[in-house]
Amino acid sequence: MGAPLFVNMEETVSVILFGVGFTMLMLHRNLIKKIMGMNIMDTAVYLFLAVKGYISGRMVPIVTDGIQDVSAYINPVPSGLVLTGIVVSVSTTALMLALTIRLYERYGSLDLDEILMRAAKEERI
Amino acid sequence: MSRRRDDYEQSWWKGFKEWVDGAVDPLASGIEIQIPEKEQRDKEMVHPGDFGQTQQSLYDGRGLWYFRRFYQVMSVFLCLSIIFVLLWTVSYLPAFGNAGNPDNNEVSARYIEQGLKETGAVNIVTGMILDYRAFDTFGESCVLFIASCCVLVLLRIDAEDKDAMAKGKSKKRMAEANDRIFEPKNDIILQKCACVLVPLILVFGIYIVLNGHLSPGGGFSGGAVLGSGLILYLNAFGFKKTERFFTEKVYRRVTLSALTFYCLAKSYSFFTGANHLESGIPLGTPGAILSSGLILPLNICVGMVVACTMYAFYTLFRKGGM
Repeated sequence: MGAPLFVNMEETVSVILFGVGFTMLMLHRNLIKKIMGMNIMDTAVYLFLAVKGYISGRMVPIVTDGIQDVSAYINPVPSGLVLTGIVVSVSTTALMLALTIRLYERYGSLDLDEILMRAAKEERI
Repeated sequence: MSRRRDDYEQSWWKGFKEWVDGAVDPLASGIEIQIPEKEQRDKEMVHPGDFGQTQQSLYDGRGLWYFRRFYQVMSVFLCLSIIFVLLWTVSYLPAFGNAGNPDNNEVSARYIEQGLKETGAVNIVTGMILDYRAFDTFGESCVLFIASCCVLVLLRIDAEDKDAMAKGKSKKRMAEANDRIFEPKNDIILQKCACVLVPLILVFGIYIVLNGHLSPGGGFSGGAVLGSGLILYLNAFGFKKTERFFTEKVYRRVTLSALTFYCLAKSYSFFTGANHLESGIPLGTPGAILSSGLILPLNICVGMVVACTMYAFYTLFRKGGM
C-alpha cells in the first residue's frame, strides 16, 4: 500500500485534507469552525479533481497555434467540474454563515450542543 | 404488492420503515435527558437574558460529560477509519499524470478535437461549460441566485425594524446588524488606495469576463473579481456612495435580466427539440473577441450574476440589506 501512495502523492494529500476537514466537522462544537471544516473538505475535493485531470507534460486546454490533438492537452472535464464545485461551495458557505448568524441571534451561542439544549428546553416549556 | 410475511408486525424491517417514515423517534427512549418535575421546570424556564444561569444548570449533568467523551472518541475513530479507507482506495488508483488513465476517455478527446470547430471557443473548458453543458452552468448561476435569495430572507432588516430603530425602541441586535453607524469614515489611506486600485480591479474583471472564451477565466472568476472591486469601493467610501448606483432594485433587475437572457438564449435547443440544430449565430474566427457565438453574451450574463451576488452577500452580512 505504501508505494502507490507515494506515486499518487497529490491524491494522498487531498484525501488526508478531506479527513482533516471531516474531523473538524465532527469534533468542533463551534459552528463557525464546522463551516471551516466543510470548506477544507471542499478544497480537498477540488484538489482531487484537478489531480485527476492532469496529464504530465501537457498544456492547459486552450488551443494554441491551432494544435487540436488529444495528445497536446490535459483533460478538460475535471476543470469544468471544479468550477461547478467552487460555485456551489460559495453558495452553501454563505447560506451556512447566514443561518449561523440567525442561530446566534436566537440562542446567544455558537456552541452547537448549547443551541440544541436551549432549543430542547424551550420546546419542553 | 408482494406478500407480507406473517411476522411482519414484529420484524425489524417494519421498525426501519417506520423510522424512515418518521413515525417513531429512535431517540425517544434512549436519550440521556431527564425531564424534571413540574415545579423545577418552571424554575428553569428560559428567560431572555439569563443564558449564563441556564448554562450552569445545563452543564452539571454527569451523563452528558460521559456522552461528550464517548462522542469525541467515536468521532476520532470514525474520521481515522474514513481516512484509512480513502487512502486504501487511493493506493489502487491509476498513477498520477498518466495519459492512459481511464478518465482520459473519448469524452475529453471529443471535446478537445471538435471543441474549436463546434463551439468556436479557443478555451476548451469554456466551450465545454458554456456550450456543450450550458444548462449545467445555468443551474450553477441559479444556485448562486437562490443562495443570495436565502441569505436575503435570513438576514434582511425590514422597513418596520428600521422604523422601530428610528423611534429608539430597537433591540441591540438591530444596532449591531446595521453597522452603518460604526463604519470608518473617510479613512484617507484606504480611500487613496481604493482610488488607484478599484478602476484597475474593475477593468481586470471586465477583461477576464470578456476574454472568457480566449484565455483562462470566464464569467465566474471575472464576476468574483468585479464583486471584490465593488466591495473594496464600498469599504473605502461607505454605503452612501455605492447606493447611488447599486441598490436592491438594481441588483434585482440585473440578476433577473441576466438569468432570463441566459435561459432564453440557451433554451432554443429545447424549443427546437434538442436535436442539435444550427443556432444560426455565426461562430466567427477563432481567437477574435467577437467569436464563438453565444458564449460571450452568456459569459457576460454569468459575470453579472456572480458580481452582484458577491456584493449582495457582503452587504447582507454587513448591514442586512442592500
